[in-house]
Amino acid sequence: MKKLLALSTALTVVGFAARAEVVVMSWGGAYGEAQTEAHVKPWSAASGIAATMVDSDNPAPAVKAMVEAGNVTVDVASLEYADAIRLCDEGMLEPIDVASLPAGADGTPAADDFLAGAVTECGVSTDIWSNVFAFDSSKITGTVPTTAADFFDLEKFPGKRGLKKGAKAVLEFALMADGVPAAEVYNVLNTPEGVDRAFAKLDTIKSDVVWWEAGAQAPQLLADGEVTMTTAYNGRIFAAAINEGKPFQIVWDGQVYENEMYAIPKGAPNKDAALEFIKYATSTEGLRAQAQHISYGPARKSALKEELIFKDGKTVMAPHLPTAPENMGNALETSSDFWVDHDAELNERFQAWLAQ
Amino acid sequence: MAEATDPVTQTALLTTADGRPLKTALAEAQAKARRRAFLLVVPLILFVIMTFLIPIGYMLKRSFEHDGFASSAPAMVAWFAANPDFDPTNPPEEAYAALVSDLARMQVEKTTGMAGTRINYSVPGTISLFKGGARAAKNLTPPFKEALLAVDAEWGRPALWRGMQSASHVYTAEFYLVASDRKLTDDGWARGGDKERIYLYLFFKTFLISGIITFLCLLLAFPVAHLLATLPMAKSSLLMIFVLLPFWTSLLVRTTSWIALLQEQGVANDLLVALGLITEEGRLTMMYNMTGTIVAMTHVLLPFMILPLYSVMKVIPPSYARAARSLGATSWTTFRRVYLPQTLPGIAAGSLLVFILAVGYYITPALVGGADGQLISNLISFHMSKSNWSLAAAIAAMLLASILLLYWLYDRLVGIDRLKFG
Repeated sequence: MKKLLALSTALTVVGFAARAEVVVMSWGGAYGEAQTEAHVKPWSAASGIAATMVDSDNPAPAVKAMVEAGNVTVDVASLEYADAIRLCDEGMLEPIDVASLPAGADGTPAADDFLAGAVTECGVSTDIWSNVFAFDSSKITGTVPTTAADFFDLEKFPGKRGLKKGAKAVLEFALMADGVPAAEVYNVLNTPEGVDRAFAKLDTIKSDVVWWEAGAQAPQLLADGEVTMTTAYNGRIFAAAINEGKPFQIVWDGQVYENEMYAIPKGAPNKDAALEFIKYATSTEGLRAQAQHISYGPARKSALKEELIFKDGKTVMAPHLPTAPENMGNALETSSDFWVDHDAELNERFQAWLAQ
Repeated sequence: MAEATDPVTQTALLTTADGRPLKTALAEAQAKARRRAFLLVVPLILFVIMTFLIPIGYMLKRSFEHDGFASSAPAMVAWFAANPDFDPTNPPEEAYAALVSDLARMQVEKTTGMAGTRINYSVPGTISLFKGGARAAKNLTPPFKEALLAVDAEWGRPALWRGMQSASHVYTAEFYLVASDRKLTDDGWARGGDKERIYLYLFFKTFLISGIITFLCLLLAFPVAHLLATLPMAKSSLLMIFVLLPFWTSLLVRTTSWIALLQEQGVANDLLVALGLITEEGRLTMMYNMTGTIVAMTHVLLPFMILPLYSVMKVIPPSYARAARSLGATSWTTFRRVYLPQTLPGIAAGSLLVFILAVGYYITPALVGGADGQLISNLISFHMSKSNWSLAAAIAAMLLASILLLYWLYDRLVGIDRLKFG
């Protein structure tokens, strides 16, 4: 028995020591799958270094827990923009030098090729995703909603509304629907009157809202006919429309978009390989490859030069991306500065408002 | 034990064959047995310590300890220690000098985020303030007060200075204050505005909903458990499967099937419309509100009530009830005076189990709760994911304390030794 125990322990130890495998942590679902197919598998094949994908509800708290405990098992994490900045400020991520990233396919240096804000001190953008609203075109016929204000217009478009249960992106959306220009939204929201104004706008539909929490719930509510319109992550609506043939239509007016970032947790076991992985994944080709799996836009100018085709071989991606010029008419980029400061405060207010 | 009965020992003091006093030998032998028994439970003790006591202790520690600011601003810590009674509305030049030197150090040591995050817990808006201040700090020249206020007038806010003073101590009750709906204002800690108070209300609501769910579970489980306990073996095992099958099914599956059943376009509403009981427009809202939370959670927690009840009812001899009836008691009196009192340990165990589980429930209310079905655990999870772990720990500690209080009350009123889980 003792011998067996010693043997198995030894084997486990050897097993751990031999592990030189890059572990990528992302969000699972259609998104995690896109990154597995576009980044993890091809990089592993090209570099000869084993790489695996692990799923998480949200990698940010996991990274924080690992770094604090001094037991980091993840080499690359896919983080929301504000989390990538906050964890970086708290010293929990490795800095990444933008000059070390590969130049675009057309030779433009990385610093110029990436869109503004797409590379931060510790993170590199993998895509730009957006909070939009969508409706079922088989249910709403005749006049269709075209603006954010239509979402709040219960007379013109009667029926329930789906909204994300949280302050972020919802308050901005409400203000834009109330006529605040995108450029002014955060100035307004930074004042107590502005916050009251956003909640007052939400009050107008409060009794007709079905709140959702997980990204997959939004298209489900729409498919079940529980709501006539819902806010959603644009990729989820795209997936339901293209993969499942649902008659969902996105309204881009008042969209709130942000970058999603790859970052390396401080003390990652395979730091150097992780950096190589990020270089590969955020190259022009890497970003294009991911955009062929899910309708989130690449954050490099060079990646948008040639037409992107979805993996089904026929759908042209450009009109489905948040960054398409025709979708950017009234669009707002999430302010990470605003939300790192006010996330807790406004969410408490939001929860209190919900409970009233 | 053979030595103990040895007849050689004839003196006043009984000794063993090798001359040791019998008492010592016996004590040694028993100590050895005790050590062996203890060794057997060592793995269990270790398990409980590692997976239960240490994490809970760690959580409790987190709820009143945070060194994000204290460790990154030594000059400020020293100044606050020397001047505990300073005027937050108008801090002197030395305070600003200490602040600027700390900001410059934070910029070099990359601790701005840590310090700003810590202050931001009680004074929202300070993370970017600290970042801006730290970037500017090395170029500032005396007088520092004017220089820093020129960078951002926010640096003069009394609430900020109160926040920094409080954060200069590693140990603080701040998180408990926030969790009791207190806010740090320019005049010190005060009750939050009507639009901001949430935690105490949610605590109250969580306990109320848990109480309702426990009551409903008891109401539904009692007849089922009685049936299970009294039916012949073959039938009762079949029924038992019906109780256990959902119990073994994933929680998520059970919750989402309730969504499919009860939502406005769901099975239940469709059926009612088809039967003509309600109109197409009058579809009932049974999901994404308090009703949905209560229905789904009652179903999910029902087995935890049925099983303890069943195990108690199983061993109640039917002859007692028959005796009561033969002595002339009505069936109601028999139930009330004879049967019910004997099921009390099961009722107590089931209620305690269901109530405690309901208080900590998180996934079901998150999915079906809608606007008014949120429970306190949903806020704990929110603060965990937004990396304010100390506040999450403080709320969790308050939840733990109230559960322990209930447990104590329960022990006083019913007696914990009467508990029977089956």
